[in-house]
Amino acid sequence: MEEKLQRPHKNPGGTLQSMAWYALVAACIKLLLIPSYHSTDFEVHRNWLALTHSLPLSQWYSDETSPWTLDYPPFFAYFERFLSIFANLIDPTIVNLRQGLNYNSNTVIYFQRMTVIVSDLCLFFALYRLTAKLDSGKRNLIWVLVASSPGLFIVDHVHFQYNGFLLGILLLSLSFLEEGRDLMGGFVFAVLLCFKHLFAVAAPVYFVFLLSRFCRGGFLKGFGRVLVMGAVVALVFAAAFGPFVYYGQIQQVIHRMFPFGRGLCHAYWAPNFWVFYIILDKGLAFLLRNLGFNIQAPAASFTGGLVGDSSPFAILPSITPLTTFIMVVLAISPALIKACRNPRPEMITRWVAYAYTCGFIFGWHVHEKASLHFVIPLAIVAMQSLEDAKHYFLLSIVSSYSLFPLLFEAQEYPIKVLLLLLHSIVMWLAFSAHSTKNGVINATAPANKGRDFVIGWIGKIYLLGLLVVEIWGQFLHPYLLGSRFPFVPLMLISVYCAFGIMYSWVWQLKRIIRSS
Amino acid sequence: MGKSTGKKVMKKEDGDDCDGWWWLVHKNIGASFLCIAVFAFLVRVAVSFHPYSGAGNPPKYGDYEAQRHWMEITLNLPAKEWYRNSTTNDLNYWGLDYPPLTAYQSYVHGLFLRIFHPESVSLFTSRGHESYFGKLLMRWTVLSSDILFLFPAVFCFVVVYYTGRGRRSDIAWLIAMILLNPCLILIDHGHFQYNCISLGLTIGAVAAILSDKELVACVLFSLALNHKQMSAYFAPAFFSHLLGKCLRRRNPILEVSKLGLVVVGTFAIVWWPYLHSMDAFLGVLSRLAPFERGLYEDYVANFWCTTSVLIKWKRLFTIKSMKLLSLWATILTCLPSMIQQIWSPSNLGFLYGLLNSSFSFYLFSFQVHEKSILLPLLPATLLALEEPFHFRWLTHYALLSMFPLMCRDKLILPYVALFALFYLLYYAPGGREDTRKMQSPSSLRSFMLSFLVLCSLFLHLVYITLHPPDKYPFLFEAVIMLLCFSQFILLTIYTNAKQWMLLKHSTLMDKDKKLV
Repeated sequence: MEEKLQRPHKNPGGTLQSMAWYALVAACIKLLLIPSYHSTDFEVHRNWLALTHSLPLSQWYSDETSPWTLDYPPFFAYFERFLSIFANLIDPTIVNLRQGLNYNSNTVIYFQRMTVIVSDLCLFFALYRLTAKLDSGKRNLIWVLVASSPGLFIVDHVHFQYNGFLLGILLLSLSFLEEGRDLMGGFVFAVLLCFKHLFAVAAPVYFVFLLSRFCRGGFLKGFGRVLVMGAVVALVFAAAFGPFVYYGQIQQVIHRMFPFGRGLCHAYWAPNFWVFYIILDKGLAFLLRNLGFNIQAPAASFTGGLVGDSSPFAILPSITPLTTFIMVVLAISPALIKACRNPRPEMITRWVAYAYTCGFIFGWHVHEKASLHFVIPLAIVAMQSLEDAKHYFLLSIVSSYSLFPLLFEAQEYPIKVLLLLLHSIVMWLAFSAHSTKNGVINATAPANKGRDFVIGWIGKIYLLGLLVVEIWGQFLHPYLLGSRFPFVPLMLISVYCAFGIMYSWVWQLKRIIRSS
Repeated sequence: MGKSTGKKVMKKEDGDDCDGWWWLVHKNIGASFLCIAVFAFLVRVAVSFHPYSGAGNPPKYGDYEAQRHWMEITLNLPAKEWYRNSTTNDLNYWGLDYPPLTAYQSYVHGLFLRIFHPESVSLFTSRGHESYFGKLLMRWTVLSSDILFLFPAVFCFVVVYYTGRGRRSDIAWLIAMILLNPCLILIDHGHFQYNCISLGLTIGAVAAILSDKELVACVLFSLALNHKQMSAYFAPAFFSHLLGKCLRRRNPILEVSKLGLVVVGTFAIVWWPYLHSMDAFLGVLSRLAPFERGLYEDYVANFWCTTSVLIKWKRLFTIKSMKLLSLWATILTCLPSMIQQIWSPSNLGFLYGLLNSSFSFYLFSFQVHEKSILLPLLPATLLALEEPFHFRWLTHYALLSMFPLMCRDKLILPYVALFALFYLLYYAPGGREDTRKMQSPSSLRSFMLSFLVLCSLFLHLVYITLHPPDKYPFLFEAVIMLLCFSQFILLTIYTNAKQWMLLKHSTLMDKDKKLV
């Protein structure tokens, strides 16, 4: 036993060993979190296990036994079908379409939680690949940043989803692209799209990047490679959707994947651009009403959740999905131009993360959970420079904090606070260790002054403000106002975090435009 | 012991020491401690989600109900009635049988519960009270005690004993080992007890002794004794070490009487409500020594229980003679370590003395239960850097010895998670540096060690999966007990020998220690 304890450095197996170490320590915490609160997403995924197991493929997307119908692309359905084989072995009730409804025994909880924990291996493998070429210090820090990421714990292991697994596929694709293996990268990204179509926001970046990479090596050769790439993507989509085309279900699949009739914002507003738009509308309406204008209150309200056809805005023009789509594409375009002019593989992670940021800020019906799509890839970028680290420090805290309303029960309250606290301390230690180490290496030139990891006073005040918002929402509001204005604490969190996320967007944009 | 301090600094420079948690120890001990403490607290909160002892198991429930009942009693009755059987206080239903400090602690926690959830501590009606919110509040009483007592004490200990010696990663490793001791977390935050208070006070006393503040040490240790009479396991070590130190001073009698006065004073303050009459005093005292509960409880891996497989002690002797026998056995076995400390008191020797005296109490004293292994484990944890192998071995078997209890409490999941976490932290990449490389241990020894580990893992599986034969319903418990006892007794012999070996080097070492 004792001999196993060799010093890991200078030992080729050591890197994998310490990677596995972080993953396993995180897994221990995930195991402990098994009995914690889980959202309706838990029952959603259980239902998908049941319906993929007990129904033929042709009925997967038309079944309505449970309100939680299948609305992810086919690969995810296949994935659930694969998991259901084990679920059936462990407890057949889990995969029973009717008896399993709202099934809540220990077996189903343990089983489903374990599937999330095991599928996280994908994330860690991708991370290992993605960071393989970095020096051991940076690599370690990236691992610890991702392994301690509160968003993943909160959304995947308490709230219940499979984001770690899906982000793993995204990072895998990025790792191929960074290595210059464009075909593999494109292939993996196509697979990812067939797991969860929300990742399609970065598709323009991929498209432009790959196209301009292929066009570099002469027209004929490039044309051939584009054809191969197209064929690969087509094959992936055929594998995913082919069976449903065969059964004549494709319309139903598309209908489920893109449900219309959902509003601009989710019941809890994701901290994005539209928060300001709504607030501006409300403010204007209030102002004009006080000035004596007759402003009709909108029929649909934002705090109520789903929004129908009527415009929820009193003054400002209504927003349609098309508007948001155009805005997202416009916002991404600087990255597209950069990718077109000079498709450098080392920039792709930044561009993709930026694309997801744009999708988050301007998208239609965005969930707060979608912030994971850019926070996790940005962890890899964070090690590139001190400014990146400072930006990531702020962004990661804000985005994790914006996830707090997901866990609203008293029992989980300390968990989310401690996760965020731990992550902040880890980031602070990691970034300052990193910056001092680089400072030592880069000689002792006076230019090194101000190279320490210090957050500016605006950043500090902003982060302290988070504390104020939290204390207000948790303690002062219920104490002072009781149950009046129950939506105010959540609104405050949305608005306050929206400032941070908007800042991050602007910062990323600036960074991308300035990069040579 | 012989760790060079300068080595650490040198290591940093060459930039190669970037594996594992180099970022964690980059700043001062305080920052590392903060990070580890937040992590340790996160683990505790996560463990507290799991069931407590006797959850949903009327009519007597378990330790959780006992603690809650004490809060109910202390909150609603005057202090004089706490230990007395009456119509309002049925001592047969979890009567208070811990010293007064526990009663005061229950009172304070009872106040806390009454503010938020009065039903859970109301007289009579709250018997067997179980609710989501009640559990949460009760868990928080333990969590807050842990923060208030154990964490600061550990910080003091580490600062006092390890400042200036050893690599910083070693110290971070030690902090992790003390704060993330799986046995303590499982018993306090899973099973439900308040060992963190008495153990925290004990660590505080140890830290005070190591920094030559004997009077503070006396106060803290007296408080520990007054919180749990089990702290007496450490009394011989404290007594002998302090006596040995006093004897070497200019005026031994004055020194001893100073300490004695402080101890008596502390006791008098704590026992004040029961000092007005002899009856009251003796009444409380008799509650604290529950001899009627028998020589041992369940299957505890101590001498009496293990040898009772062959010799039926309970049938051969009356309780009274058994008391004497166990008393003499305990005194005789901790005598060598006491003599060593009186003869040549040293800091390291004191820590070994704590280990040896608590071991002899665990193995030979009257009325021991499996949770008592926490007491020998504590000094072993403090000595983890001196005796890493011994520490790991002891923790492994201490966990195994608690396994049947954990199964009864339905705490297998946190047990597995913490077991894994313990080994992960123990073998943390970049954590402890093995300066004393094992000189290729003989193949027979390593074979034996791996065989024993395999045995214990196998026993876990057997215990969960198989039903014991009807004739011997406690067969597996007995096997676990035998295995653990054999290991404990070996470890005790080893540490006793080790303590005496210190004498050999004492002339050299003592000079070194005194400077610190």
